[in-house]
Amino acid sequence: MKNTLPETGGFFARDRAMHPPALTPGYKTSVLRSPQRALISLEGTKSEITGPVFGHNMINEFDNDLIVNYAKPGEMAIGQRILVHGRVLDERGLGVAGALVEFWQANAGGRYRHKKETYLAPLDPNFGGFGRCVTDENGYYWFKTIKPGPYPWPNGVNDWRPAHIHFSVFGHGFAQRLITQMYFEGDPLIWICPIVKTIPDEEAIKRLVAPLDMNNTIPMDMRAYKFDIVLRGRRSTFFENRKEGN
Amino acid sequence: MVQPLNYLKESPSQTAGPYVHIGCTPNFTGIHGVYETDLGSGPLHNDKTRGERITIRGRVIDGSGTPLRDALIEIWQADSDGFYNSPSETRGTADPHFAGWGRCPADMTTGEFVFETIKPGRVPFNDGSLMAPHVTLWIVARGINIGLHTRMYFSDEEAANAQDPILNRIEHRVRVPTLIGKREGDTVTFDIHLQGENETVFFDI
Repeated sequence: MKNTLPETGGFFARDRAMHPPALTPGYKTSVLRSPQRALISLEGTKSEITGPVFGHNMINEFDNDLIVNYAKPGEMAIGQRILVHGRVLDERGLGVAGALVEFWQANAGGRYRHKKETYLAPLDPNFGGFGRCVTDENGYYWFKTIKPGPYPWPNGVNDWRPAHIHFSVFGHGFAQRLITQMYFEGDPLIWICPIVKTIPDEEAIKRLVAPLDMNNTIPMDMRAYKFDIVLRGRRSTFFENRKEGN
Repeated sequence: MVQPLNYLKESPSQTAGPYVHIGCTPNFTGIHGVYETDLGSGPLHNDKTRGERITIRGRVIDGSGTPLRDALIEIWQADSDGFYNSPSETRGTADPHFAGWGRCPADMTTGEFVFETIKPGRVPFNDGSLMAPHVTLWIVARGINIGLHTRMYFSDEEAANAQDPILNRIEHRVRVPTLIGKREGDTVTFDIHLQGENETVFFDI
């Protein structure tokens, strides 16, 4: 980690204007699942500025290689080979070291490996569709996968999800906990997706669209997409200005 | 002109979707052989953990009264002495046999979530006064656009709850019971209502 002292400052207030509101009728499932009362504002206490730690030793060798982590020995998942890489940063621009990043996605045909999934596209016997990694000291992460396919879903009569990868990210405090989705540059489905459109701010949507990164594309092997994830920043504790308990 | 602040903006949230289990609890959805166990599954304690054993049971219930069968619930809590197992815990060292974090998918039939854990100790608020024992919860699911933060306090802590600075901040006193888990024996029951008359208090923290 960059700072040798543990960070104990509170987190920057969340800018709710660029997050989706709870109730978004265009995404029908939100209608009965959206709290209707105002959230109670709470300055971060010890219970939210602290958070669990996950060590690098919990990660297995192929946890960040979705092309092979579910495949039979010697086989590989079918689809467009890609490298997804980037940094987990906080709003100060600092890399978040030791952050657990989990990801999951549909296969190349747009089918998820899940008990409740019924789309007619076939499963790929060599593709599980998930992985994880822990960021290095600079907040960097990467994984190999195949590009997921778009797929239809029951919302409107003809709604399709753009190709996307789900991300679950832990920072250093439980208040930073975030689940989001990564989209791919140039996908026309992004701008007509009811789930994307829950985000009220076009600039915020663009922050979820990963560009093609030719510099990190591996010749004759796989294209790269770069996706940075930004978690809430926290105040620096320059000096103690109030009594801490205990 | 002034210098630019140059802060980045937090990445916007998107729903965890119906298949959150694939990424977070693959064994639960029948995908074996990649992760040995699902992260955060099983008891939070081992046989060396200090503190009183409790079981937290509950459901996440939508505006029609139907339990969500695709929610994912995470908890984060202090050890029995009120210390968090985190680098940002600067007051002391937490019980090395208690990480304090757990993750449970709602049962695909009943919607119930279960955590076997210990009762947390009291943690000081920012002004030094003590908060009542509580467990922090974070809830995601299909149809929830941004993870919901709430807390569970304990029904057998009436005196501490009466002094708790967070509970005391809630203007509409009728809503306070939505944050109190009902303790019977070693089991604490905590249903989370997303909407309706008993809508749970959720926090912007």
